Amino acid sequence: MRAEYPDTQHEWLDADAGPVVRPYTLTGGRVRPAVEGFDLVAFVLADPAADLDGHPRLHPEHRRLVELARRPVPVAELAARLDLALGVVRVLLGDLLAGGLVSVHEPPRGPFLPDDNILKAVVSGLRAL
Amino acid sequence: MDFVRSDRGGPRVPLALKILIAGGFGAGKTTLVSALSEVRPLQTEEVLTGAGIGTDDLSGVEGKSTTTVAMDFGRITINEDLQVYLFGTPGQDRFWFLWDELAFGALGAVVLADTRRLADCFPSIDYFEQRGIPFVVGVNCFDGSRRFSLDSVRQALDLDDDVPMLLCDARDRQSAKLVLISLVEHVARQRGEPVPVA
Repeated sequence: MRAEYPDTQHEWLDADAGPVVRPYTLTGGRVRPAVEGFDLVAFVLADPAADLDGHPRLHPEHRRLVELARRPVPVAELAARLDLALGVVRVLLGDLLAGGLVSVHEPPRGPFLPDDNILKAVVSGLRAL
Repeated sequence: MDFVRSDRGGPRVPLALKILIAGGFGAGKTTLVSALSEVRPLQTEEVLTGAGIGTDDLSGVEGKSTTTVAMDFGRITINEDLQVYLFGTPGQDRFWFLWDELAFGALGAVVLADTRRLADCFPSIDYFEQRGIPFVVGVNCFDGSRRFSLDSVRQALDLDDDVPMLLCDARDRQSAKLVLISLVEHVARQRGEPVPVA
């Protein structure tokens, strides 16, 4: 959500000035999601039974997130598509997760992840580019 | 394949690997992401606030200045279960703390070196060395830049012998993909070694 940049009369409000709408207005000032996590490449998936009509207090941005996540989408892509800061998207996703409207699949962690088979698949996939 | 996390009959959730593309300002990070990404590079932003890091609530601090840092990223679909995301790191030193988030769980990194401004990539190399994150160095061959031998660049960067280094053209997909392949092979080689005892 970004306000239109006014043209000639306010030439100082260019892209370098940052969003004109204060980013965290949307979250009511909250900068921490209800739960930790939401890695950049964690996949978000909407609950197929998600009934948004039962959640009248959700913002339009919440609803957009649920729509985009009808198929698995990583957090970074959701932020890019909504043109919202990552931190803002994480707060909104936290709301959706708390409401049971989405599930989040964090990438696996571990010293030897991903395993050799995955690395081999990546190399052969890249060679085919 | 066994790395697919099935979702009780729902859509299959792929595994995404994160690779960082680092280097100094203007070294060709976004160019390399563009050359490899199957979609036009996407941009995501993080908000920095004058209220300080570690705050939980921004209400009442509307007067504090905020600024945003943009990160470009691209996607390569390897197969239906596996995707690679390339994240260009913010170039300015004052955004180091964002690197920690980017680097968390990353497979590895490509450091792009520009021989006209070699010192610009020192901080990136230091960062990955200190954290034990595998990386390779791609020496981006800009038009009009003097061609240096890889040995002399390695010496100038004071780079360990086992860190792969190759010449590349960040605009060229085939050239860029060889840099990524060398990174993944480097990661695999490191896995083959015993875990060092602290």
